[in-house]
Amino acid sequence: MNHDRYDDAFIRSVLEGVSTIAIVGASANAARPSYFVMKYLAERGYRVFPVNPGQAGKEVAGLTFYGTLKDIPEPIDMVDVFRAPEHVPAVLDEVLALVPLPKVIWMQLGVRNDEAATRAEAAGMQVVMNRCPKIEYGRLSGEIGWTGVNSRTISARRPKLLGGGVQRLSISRGPQGQK
Amino acid sequence: MSEREPGFATLAIHAGAQPDPTTGARATPIYQTTSFVFDDVNHAASLFGLQSFGNIYTRITNPTNAVLEERVAALEGGTAALAVASGHAAQHLVFHTLLTPGDEFVASRKLYGGSINQFTHSFKSYGWNVAWADPDDISSFERAITPKTKAIFIESIANPGGVVTDVAAISAIAKKAGVPLIVDNTLATPYLWNPIKDGADIVVHSATKFLGGHGNSIGGVIVDAGTFDWMATDRYPFLSKPRPEYSGMVLAETFGNFAFAIACRVLGLRDLGPALSPFNAFLILTGIETLALRMAKHSENAQKVAEYLVAHPKVAWVSYPGLSGDRYHALAGKYLPKGAGAVFTFGLKGGYEAGVGLVSNVELFSHLANIGDTRSLIIHPASTTHRQLSDEAKTIAGAGPDVVRLSIGIEDAADIIADLDQALAKV
Repeated sequence: MNHDRYDDAFIRSVLEGVSTIAIVGASANAARPSYFVMKYLAERGYRVFPVNPGQAGKEVAGLTFYGTLKDIPEPIDMVDVFRAPEHVPAVLDEVLALVPLPKVIWMQLGVRNDEAATRAEAAGMQVVMNRCPKIEYGRLSGEIGWTGVNSRTISARRPKLLGGGVQRLSISRGPQGQK
Repeated sequence: MSEREPGFATLAIHAGAQPDPTTGARATPIYQTTSFVFDDVNHAASLFGLQSFGNIYTRITNPTNAVLEERVAALEGGTAALAVASGHAAQHLVFHTLLTPGDEFVASRKLYGGSINQFTHSFKSYGWNVAWADPDDISSFERAITPKTKAIFIESIANPGGVVTDVAAISAIAKKAGVPLIVDNTLATPYLWNPIKDGADIVVHSATKFLGGHGNSIGGVIVDAGTFDWMATDRYPFLSKPRPEYSGMVLAETFGNFAFAIACRVLGLRDLGPALSPFNAFLILTGIETLALRMAKHSENAQKVAEYLVAHPKVAWVSYPGLSGDRYHALAGKYLPKGAGAVFTFGLKGGYEAGVGLVSNVELFSHLANIGDTRSLIIHPASTTHRQLSDEAKTIAGAGPDVVRLSIGIEDAADIIADLDQALAKV
């Protein structure tokens, strides 16, 4: 698969197809990008499991940190990697050992490791690299435009409210005319 | 439609404007409110910490303004934008984000007179020091750069004289110096020219002019090209250093290639306060929907008027880059294939008296100090905007006694020409 660019339809299908997300390299510091992503995804209805050996057992923003992926007590659909590219193979080894196997490995903006991607795809996983799931969710829902950011999407279909408040949108869009 | 790139006219209508999620309103609603209720306490905390996208207070974000921002970002090919109260406010916030007291920036000396004033006087009192360079001598930009230089500022088409700036050449100088290139694209608009494609890192607009296009609203826009690496140096601390306002967050690290637009918003607009009225944003947005049609017509009309004037016996010279003999014609061929814009100057053989006579005798042209309206506009700078200057100073500023500036509207070209013709007959 080409990892230089992704169709919006592919990213949308990835984000719609997962409900549990482990974030490897998540930070407990509220000023760090990984904290932003973990909190945002949790607020958008995903069940988020931060993974960081230094923070194991700690509870931050209502989420419990785990020391390693295998410590998470339930099946994980997607692993989001906040580690430098050279650490991705080791993370992937841990991912491939999980039962059941997660559907998606997602490497953050600035993180790309093509060799690891090939291995993950050979094992039947979907791979996204050098993207941020918060930005992608914000783009596809249209929320990111609330901050003046170019979503690079246009649609004449009405966005759906996600629920849990008025300032949250879903990335799903119904057919034209749907209430 | 994500799998193919929409064209300019499609983006001008659709970018940023999905139907309203709560009411289904198709036109962008005017969210004329100061504030927005929070979903709950956690949501409020996320918004104040910049962890969630959303609205708190119209000084910082507003859903109507946000549609304008995303639309201009899309049309310019930028990553994000910020809409503010005026073009001058846009420049203020850009420089506030880049410079600290004692810093310098290099600016073209061929700029809108209001920008020359802003840079010379107001910015000076902040300790932001301008060094002038000449767009007709590209090497003068290189010579003006010192270790204190933090940015270069130019206009793509310079007001008022129809000057076309070699943006790509100046971008190469900016890249070599490791500073961002700021381009004011007001006169060209993204329909005629996308300076980001030629190396601009930041684009600013007076949306008052052709973007709004109907002479009814003051507004400004800052576009982040997403091209400058703020983390490569420690010279731009607003972007690359932990911000105490946001518990140590590093904006360039957190917001990546749209960090500059975010910094202008959460540090500049939040604290300095030149917010755009949502009503003005609505009017400017409505104007942008017809930008492609209008700019094509503005340029077509201006070309016809310039050709008429250059052949008129009472006209000494015409400075319009669309004319084949013009000194900027070659640059216009490179940068402005769709038209050379609608604002230009010409000189009358009868000098000052003829200039006064012309503006006194036009019927269709409006005699006023603006540009970029549907209506054709005229001004004789020597008797109005530049009245206080000596004759010599007027000439240096491109406002000599014989100079008349036109902003050609989208009326019928024959009527525009007929009005000039009857007025010229009387001077």
